[in-house]
Amino acid sequence: MRLLAGFLFAFAVAAAFGLGLTQFALTRGTAFGAITIGAWTAWPKTGTSDIDPYARAAIARSGELPIGSGDGVAFFASSDDAGRALDGRCMVTIAGTTPAARFWTITLYDLDGRLIPNAADRYGFTSQEIARRADGTFEILVAPRARPGNWLPTGGIDRYVVVLRLYDTPVGVATRTAKDAPMPAVTAAGCA
Amino acid sequence: MIRWLLWLLGGLLLGGIVHLATVLLLPRTATQDAYTRLSPTAPANSIAPLPAPTPDDAVLPFMDPAFATAVCRYDLAAGPLKLRVPVSQAYTSVSFYARSGIAYYAINDRAAGRRIIELDLMTPEQRAEIPDDEEITAADRLIVESPTPTGLILVRTFGPEPGLMPMARRALAAAQCGTQG
Repeated sequence: MRLLAGFLFAFAVAAAFGLGLTQFALTRGTAFGAITIGAWTAWPKTGTSDIDPYARAAIARSGELPIGSGDGVAFFASSDDAGRALDGRCMVTIAGTTPAARFWTITLYDLDGRLIPNAADRYGFTSQEIARRADGTFEILVAPRARPGNWLPTGGIDRYVVVLRLYDTPVGVATRTAKDAPMPAVTAAGCA
Repeated sequence: MIRWLLWLLGGLLLGGIVHLATVLLLPRTATQDAYTRLSPTAPANSIAPLPAPTPDDAVLPFMDPAFATAVCRYDLAAGPLKLRVPVSQAYTSVSFYARSGIAYYAINDRAAGRRIIELDLMTPEQRAEIPDDEEITAADRLIVESPTPTGLILVRTFGPEPGLMPMARRALAAAQCGTQG
């Protein structure tokens, strides 16, 4: 009887621990092959045949098609440079320069990868349509209410993720540091 | 007490195995992967434009709204596939995905270096059947080997600003994908 109880206990632990770990790994993302620069993280290997088993399982589960490495690379940011989660009820600035690329796009998504509804029907910018300062740097204002300049509406959603995609770029699996890939700063600028 | 700690330890070890097994098996059992999601709208071995993603409706998560996208869901059982994509003025890329969503090959207009990206897609077995001399005469033919007999090809053209999206979609409409012919 005690043996049976022991087995049941061990199996319950195994199921809870094993499945819990899988769920956690697939929803939080893994550290394998990640490049982290400031608030931004990219997984260039996910766009190649060298994709790790965790990323394989994650894309099979989400239905996402990762951007191929011959096409470009995607950097994700879900928190600011200080590590605070991005809050759509507050203002966040994304400012500075981007790594060398033929062009780039920046897009806001909710945590499931859907575009964020807003009255302006604006979901992102491309490098060609952005207004820049005289020195070529730019500043994007991510905020719930309209702002002058490069405004990206959050629709007041509480959590979101910003994706910066570089196309036709030397940035990839060989990239290690901010010197190879200068990413724009992500700064919380107060809640309205 | 010791006995329960041992059971706990055994449970955790077994849990580690359960974890690895589920991670490795999940791609084979997934019911919501990209191939399955696209199957109802994309007929096999022909090219179909995907609707632009909106907040309410997107075929796939994390699609880039600055692109016009078309998909060719392929099945190489009937023979190799020919792909012909005239490049747009802005930017055109072709990405190949295996059945499970692995991006095994991608090429853009600049890497292709021509006004038209032309590719032959085949399984390693079909490639082995091509006579050697034919492979030499057709040296400028780009051959891509698919690791799985079925998969997806994503053709994407860039719209630098919203007003240029119709142009990107028109460029996409000229793309062709189909078995030999």
